[in-house]
Amino acid sequence: MSAVAEPTYADVNQAVLRTLEPPRNAYYGWMSLIGFVLATCLFTAWTAQIYYGIGMTGKRVPQMWALYITTFVFWIGIGHAGTLISAILYLFRARWRTSIYRAAEIMTVFAVMTAGLFPLVHLGRMWFGYWLIPYPNQRYLWPNFRSPLLWDVFAISTYLTISAVFLYVGMVPDIAAIRDSSTGWRKKIYGVLALGWEGSDHQWRHYRRAYGLFAALNTPLVVSVHSVVSWDFAMALVPGWHSTLFAPFFVNGAIFSGFAMVMVLILPMRKYFNLYPYIQDKQLDAMGKLILATSLVLSYFYACELFTSWYSADHFEKASMFWKHTGTYAWALYLMYFCNSLSPLVLFSRRARTHPTTLFIVSIFVLIGMWFERFNIIVPSLAHDFYPATWGIFKPALTDTAIVVGSFAWFFFLFLGLIKLMPSVSIVEVKETIPHPVSERGHH
Amino acid sequence: MAQAATVLGIFSHVDTTVRAINALRGRGLSDFSVYTPIPVDEIEEAVDHGKPVSRVRLFTLIGGLTGTATGFFLTIWSSLKWNLVTGGKPIVSIPPFVIIAFELTILFGGLCTLLGLLFLGRLPKLRRSSNYDPRFTVDRFGIEVRCPAAMAETARQVLRETGAQEVRA
Repeated sequence: MSAVAEPTYADVNQAVLRTLEPPRNAYYGWMSLIGFVLATCLFTAWTAQIYYGIGMTGKRVPQMWALYITTFVFWIGIGHAGTLISAILYLFRARWRTSIYRAAEIMTVFAVMTAGLFPLVHLGRMWFGYWLIPYPNQRYLWPNFRSPLLWDVFAISTYLTISAVFLYVGMVPDIAAIRDSSTGWRKKIYGVLALGWEGSDHQWRHYRRAYGLFAALNTPLVVSVHSVVSWDFAMALVPGWHSTLFAPFFVNGAIFSGFAMVMVLILPMRKYFNLYPYIQDKQLDAMGKLILATSLVLSYFYACELFTSWYSADHFEKASMFWKHTGTYAWALYLMYFCNSLSPLVLFSRRARTHPTTLFIVSIFVLIGMWFERFNIIVPSLAHDFYPATWGIFKPALTDTAIVVGSFAWFFFLFLGLIKLMPSVSIVEVKETIPHPVSERGHH
Repeated sequence: MAQAATVLGIFSHVDTTVRAINALRGRGLSDFSVYTPIPVDEIEEAVDHGKPVSRVRLFTLIGGLTGTATGFFLTIWSSLKWNLVTGGKPIVSIPPFVIIAFELTILFGGLCTLLGLLFLGRLPKLRRSSNYDPRFTVDRFGIEVRCPAAMAETARQVLRETGAQEVRA
């Protein structure tokens, strides 16, 4: 597989167990800093918004979606790359994925949990959020299933549930391995979570079958989720939204931004946990290629958007597109073009694809670019629709900005917490890519 | 099984494990469990020889179909409960309902797969098997043979001959 000495099965167990050792002070330092941002930005700002009302944010008619829905779509998108790596590449038997897929899958679950905050934050009176769930009630009211917002509820709750189940099922044999080498109360907790896993032929037989089925269910699911999210926009008549291009455009963008987030997570993780024998140049190279490929597809979609709005000969479509490129928010659009279409082009060079700092910087650009892509879809389109009388510019306020910043803290806090408690590299799947131990006597 | 004995052989190689499984079968000892740190195709082929494919997929199918049916039932039935026309669309608008049905197909299919895995795999398993060795999750392969007491010596011999590093009980 590689030029360096091949790790043995026991090495893999050791390497993953080392990631679970009590964290060093620097780790606690980062956790505290992120926890502080989480508390001040997310919890304080949200509390203030609940107490004083949604007017605390910068949202004014017609800009009622603004930062919250931008960030919601951003986080849902982040999750998609995790599922792509864990489920779709599993079905394709891409062996390079084994050492990074667990981290990516954890990222998926937490990204969806982060995204899930935003519809609640955005509701204002979030204690009525349960009205979205169809249940028999004394008012004889049922939700409107023709509304894309309700499709969202179903798509995202399904996505969160299935991703969490997939993550947990994938972890069970690894948790058993940790159980077997820990002592005391840790052994008890891991023992309960491992469900009594022993790795017997009986267990593996059903496990492998079930795991393949989970991957097969997750694959169409991930495509459906961001398509449904895109229909929140595409089903509306707003110029700049009402397009059949949106579903593939969103799904591709989601995977693109998610890969960038995977990079941002695994590069420091590899350094801190010293996972160099497992996360090698091969993994970085493959990820770099995927970022580049999705970036090129995205650039194609940008071109398509321009073309379709011109070719539509629709006055409002053309005016909206022209205003986006020249109006108040033009800077955000050009920033997006730079981050998403230009900056990933350095990944054409193989040296850049295996150079961690370059990859990290490109990934940060991609994340910024993809956040602004959603911003550019939502805010400028609403700012400049059919009637000049309804035009309006959005200015973010302290509260909504703080909640958006806080959502990043929430995500990183969850991620940093879990990778110290659970195996963030799959013990079983990494072993599967190592040649099986064969006796000295060999085959005879 | 009255008068039962269990013999455990611990191996550190895949090929010796496969050889032991085949040798045990050859001696008529076919009631055994194999513990492996990872799923290995060669071992699985040797063990599952003649066994039907796991029925987990049946759970997935039934769950998925239940989800589809539930999705269509919920949307159609609840729309008919309150005949409110919105956007000039029919009360029962199938295209948007397909989305709900699709998501519920995946949701129910996935949860039933989980149930199937737990039910068929007999998980959670509350007690470790008496012969379980913690090295089975690291780098050792174990074969636990269950046989009448009279056959225990044969089993031990087979395991030792095929290359077990350790034979117990």
